[in-house]
Amino acid sequence: MPDLEDLYREIILDHYRNPRNRGELECPPAVRAEGFNPLCGDEIIIYVDLDGDVINEIKFGGQGCSISQASASMMSSTVKGRTTAELANLDRAFKTLMSIEPEPAESEPNAPSHNEAQAKLETPAKLGDIEALKGVVKFPVRIKCATLCWHTLTQAIQQAQT
Amino acid sequence: MALNTASIRADFPILCRRVHGKPMVYLDSAATSHKPRPVIDAVTHYYEQINSNVHRGSYQLAVESTDALEEARKKVANFIGAGSDAEVVFAKNATEAINLVARTWGCANLSPGDPVVITELEHHANIVPWHMLAQENGINLRWIPIDTNGHLDLTNLDRLLDGAKLLSVAAVSNVLGTINPVAQLTEAAHDAGALMLVDASQHTPHLPTDVQEMGADFVAFTGHKMCGPTGIGVLWAKMELLEAIPPFLGGGEMILNVTKEGFSTADVPWKFEAGTPPIAEAVGLGAAVDYLTGLGMKQVRSHELSLVSYALNTLKERYGNHITIHGPQEPAERGGVLSFDYKGIHPHDVAQVLDRAGVCVRAGHHCAKPLMRVLGCGATSRASLYLYNNESDIDALADALADADAFFV
Ligand SMILES: Cc1ncc(COP(=O)(O)O)c(C=O)c1O
Repeated sequence: MPDLEDLYREIILDHYRNPRNRGELECPPAVRAEGFNPLCGDEIIIYVDLDGDVINEIKFGGQGCSISQASASMMSSTVKGRTTAELANLDRAFKTLMSIEPEPAESEPNAPSHNEAQAKLETPAKLGDIEALKGVVKFPVRIKCATLCWHTLTQAIQQAQT
Repeated sequence: MALNTASIRADFPILCRRVHGKPMVYLDSAATSHKPRPVIDAVTHYYEQINSNVHRGSYQLAVESTDALEEARKKVANFIGAGSDAEVVFAKNATEAINLVARTWGCANLSPGDPVVITELEHHANIVPWHMLAQENGINLRWIPIDTNGHLDLTNLDRLLDGAKLLSVAAVSNVLGTINPVAQLTEAAHDAGALMLVDASQHTPHLPTDVQEMGADFVAFTGHKMCGPTGIGVLWAKMELLEAIPPFLGGGEMILNVTKEGFSTADVPWKFEAGTPPIAEAVGLGAAVDYLTGLGMKQVRSHELSLVSYALNTLKERYGNHITIHGPQEPAERGGVLSFDYKGIHPHDVAQVLDRAGVCVRAGHHCAKPLMRVLGCGATSRASLYLYNNESDIDALADALADADAFFV
């Protein structure tokens, strides 16, 4: 069986003990979305304030296990200040990280005709600290704990854009 | 006579399993119990020697199969002190049994605004069917609160029952372990002119159950928590009531006659058992009831009582204020369910760490979200005991809890 140390990496525990961006934002101007994990009762509330298509401010609340709380904390630190297009890219990269399927080959040559912006979107986004959550995949029941905040953020962004 | 746990454990093949290279310590019997050899054998024997559809068959196997089903009904009836075998209706599980009452008796007898009273410690199985009726028929759901010890707070019972049509209560809480005063509640319900439904899912496996003593009108429970197979549950109700209420699902087995114009229903209990029943599962439940009766339900209860006392003492001695055990602190007032908070560590993380030590506990809301809200938490860790558990299982739990400190403290 995989080691618990793969799941509970130090950086994850740090985000769990000292969550970044926990709190609330006034709605409006911010929007608020709630996510539930019906299996275990984890609840997450995401607040985002969009400035055009830039995530100006993000906060989260709710309750959950170390993985769900750390994931929300890391996600919020990473996406703050990014554009929604960059977020979509990060979201895709995160879902790949969380998928049990092998990752697609990394050395896909970029066609020279691509313009720069598009090329940027198509290179896998750098997840940084979030990569520490990779070990979660070895504990399949916990994957939903890690992905809950990402689903909820997507919802919040959709809400803000409609 | 005390239970001989060593010989009981030998009856449960799964208890030999190892998980993650460690002996398995199973502390999740409130979710489902393991099955003893006689139950597994009864199901196998049914399929190997008897298997055929019930009722209407004239050949030997079909006769034996029908007999096996009805024999199981008789065993269950005896086990719960039913007035007659026909008062035992087989359902899929306790959830279906409660839904049966809501859909048949409820739809026929409840009008918009009629109060139905439940409690804050109910399992979703005894909440959602009433929420559904509230949405569809406009019934009015009232809640008996719990006090800080996890007992029902009956201070305003009379007011809550005023005008009520039904009181529906779990005999034993699957989260707090609280043993509720069912007979007293039934009396209060009847005095107020309401019927009484008891969700006995956590009662029949662990305590002697006598539906006459409970005095209730409906009693629902589930087979898989009492050493029986999954897929079989029971609704017991008084004969007059079963005769008076409309059928549940329609189809084969539940009819007397069908014409182009309509149908007439079979007698109770078959009127409520549409389609091919879970025959092997019923046979397995019959064997489970025999097994429990052989041990003696009083002995099962006293075994769990001493184990709960041992658990409460051990955990408090080891961890003092670092552990909070929800529900009644007095062992005599509770079943073998221990929901706890350890050092504020999230239950999923606790359960994950315990799993590495081979200790199986459940983390989550235990299908009692309204209760979680009352307790002020989203989830609890829950260790639950049964007749095959012993003190070394408790010791293993206590030892493994300390492992969580390395990560979370
Ligand atoms: C008190 C209580 N009621 C009802 C149920 C539902 O049982 P089942 O899922 O077998 O219908 C359970 C078990 O989870 C329970 O503990």
